Amino acid sequence: MNDMRTVERAVDDKTLKITAKAVQVHYGETHAIKDVSVDIPDKTVTAFIGPSGCGKSTFLRCLNRMNDTIDICRVSGEILLDGENIYDPKVDPVQLRAKVGMVFQKPNPFPKSIYDNVAYGPRIHGLAKNKAELDEIVEKSLRRGAIWDEVKDRLDAPGTGLSGGQQQRLCIARAVATEPEVLLMDEPCSALDPIATAQVEELIDDLRSRFSVVIVTHSMQQAARVSQKTAFFHLGNLVEVGETNQIFTNPIDPRTESYITGRIG
Amino acid sequence: MPLLWLVLIVLAIAAIGYVVARSRALASTGGESRTLHSLPSYYGWNAAMKAAVPAFGILVLWLLAQPFYVNNVVSGMIPESVIDEGSSRNLVIAEVRRTAEGIEQALNAGVLDPTLANDPNADVAEITARLKEAGAIVTGEITQIKLQAAQSYRSVSASGGLLMAALVILAALAGAAFAIRQTHPNFWARNTVENGIRYLLIAAASIAVLTTVGIVFSLVFNTVEFFRLYPFTDFFFGTQWAPSFSGRGGSSELGVLPLLWGTLYISIVALMVAVPVGLFAAIYLSEYASSRVRSIAKPLLEILAGIPTIVYGLFALLTVGPLLVSFFGDGGWLGVSWQGGGRAVITAGLVMGIMLIPFVSSLSDDIINAVPQSMRDGSYGLGATKSETIRQVIIPAALPGIVGAILLAASRAIGETMIVVLGAGAAARLSLNPFEAMTTVTAKIVSQLTGDSDFASPEALVAFALGMTLFVITLGLNVFALYIVRKYREQYD
Repeated sequence: MNDMRTVERAVDDKTLKITAKAVQVHYGETHAIKDVSVDIPDKTVTAFIGPSGCGKSTFLRCLNRMNDTIDICRVSGEILLDGENIYDPKVDPVQLRAKVGMVFQKPNPFPKSIYDNVAYGPRIHGLAKNKAELDEIVEKSLRRGAIWDEVKDRLDAPGTGLSGGQQQRLCIARAVATEPEVLLMDEPCSALDPIATAQVEELIDDLRSRFSVVIVTHSMQQAARVSQKTAFFHLGNLVEVGETNQIFTNPIDPRTESYITGRIG
Repeated sequence: MPLLWLVLIVLAIAAIGYVVARSRALASTGGESRTLHSLPSYYGWNAAMKAAVPAFGILVLWLLAQPFYVNNVVSGMIPESVIDEGSSRNLVIAEVRRTAEGIEQALNAGVLDPTLANDPNADVAEITARLKEAGAIVTGEITQIKLQAAQSYRSVSASGGLLMAALVILAALAGAAFAIRQTHPNFWARNTVENGIRYLLIAAASIAVLTTVGIVFSLVFNTVEFFRLYPFTDFFFGTQWAPSFSGRGGSSELGVLPLLWGTLYISIVALMVAVPVGLFAAIYLSEYASSRVRSIAKPLLEILAGIPTIVYGLFALLTVGPLLVSFFGDGGWLGVSWQGGGRAVITAGLVMGIMLIPFVSSLSDDIINAVPQSMRDGSYGLGATKSETIRQVIIPAALPGIVGAILLAASRAIGETMIVVLGAGAAARLSLNPFEAMTTVTAKIVSQLTGDSDFASPEALVAFALGMTLFVITLGLNVFALYIVRKYREQYD
């Protein structure tokens, strides 16, 4: 099965993971996302950039239905994950979120031990049959989060006691522990110092080999460094989407050019 | 009302000081307030403060100290021989005081001649008749010695009052004069007033603390007195509570264990009701309810906290007790005859539990709301359901606060009286059966002190020992609650 997919990928490297069609989001009276259609390929880092309040985080939260937890938020349109509409009534948002993991702006480890933080997802989804398997999942996830070497001797220490950068990598490890297919990252480095940011960016690049990653960022340098595709949002509209290189060197829309050169923002 | 006049005079001096100091400050710079160190009103407040504060300080201290001094003087006039058997020096002094007040009353009413009132050899019978005529309370027989004591009580009090008035007014004047002399463009009136405000706030805070200390001391002295009369081993380890008021001494058994057991048992039943219900209500309100439901339901729930406990007691006595009897009583619906009467541990426990629901729910609700949204997002983002998130993330994060809320509710339960009196009965017993009547420490304190109690007998003094025991237990619980909350508070940031 896995081999089949590998072969397929070799043929077409850009399998579409998520396809959004005419997505509209309303917060009460506010029209936050206006008719956004975008394709997100598999095994790629896609960056959403744009000025504050442009709707990029809102759109990101639509991709795993996190907006469902907000009472006044209404979403219309279609978002297809592997060809299946995630807003279909038959889709359980809880199951969906196990497939589409999320990392937040501020590191938010639970007030539990490092081990329990990572084991949280596998436990609620029953991914491990016994303690040994769980240990294995935790170690694998912490390695993928590039934090294993720093915490392997103190897995029982509280996750909240780590430094900010370590906490964020712990949260990434926690998110990948449930074996998601897509990883959404909402400004994952905005609360981190430059060194921690570099570590997380390196990690994002590693994660690309296994997951489709969507990252929202304020930093255009970061988008240029980590992403292969970039989408530019402005005032709730998707202005332009394309290869990162093309967006940063040869934007088509004048608004994109103004933003990238620092005239609007 | 000389005291009221005295207060008004001091306030007037302070007001005059304010006006004088303020205008003096302005005059010293020729009406140019910018060259003053502080605003003119600060100079005024400085004077008012320095006039009023020391004067009122002296007033309060004097009023506190004078009764002790007068009692001492009067007490010295009463020889041991006039104190009846079974009475005490304090009772005689109280009589003397009443006589002195009676004389005052009679003088004011104009039925007693001032010369007669101050005549140490006056006819006792006539004085008594005059006092009764004026409507004064005359309890014991007024003897010559008591009359003389009362007269000196009056004269000492009167001269003391006069001296106090003079001192207080003098202090106010001196303070005002000092502050007015201080008034100078370079004087830091603003900072002085600021300091004064600080001390005012410190005084307010220390009144609360000192009152607590005072309550403890008033308990301690009587408790020590009790333990002189009654062995403390019998008190702490006795399993019988059988005070007797008819037979003097000896025959009473004052073991605290049945009462403590009743207190604990009823509290445990109450917490078994209040903790799950309150916690679930809090979880519903903070996590599931829409903001509209929450805005209606939360105040409604908190109304429960505002109902006086005597009303809960009536509810226990008239509704819950009979209802429980109709289930568990003889010929009840369940066909068992466990419960003899409406008054039982379970009745009081249930009703007390209902009373405690808002305590647990309101505090827990606030604490659960204080758990950051990012915790919930993190959990939902991993594909957890709402109840999984609550069980595994929110409750653990909020646990210290919830434990604090529960312990607070527990100390309320331990201190509760009215519900117990009406719901659980008055029988002190050590039993495991929740359908039996029992009683608690607080209910027994009430019954030991109501009615004619002789404060020299262990039967009355035991109330203070009980109060002290209760105080120590609830204090311990509160300290423990604080410790728990402090220790685990900074788990999330």
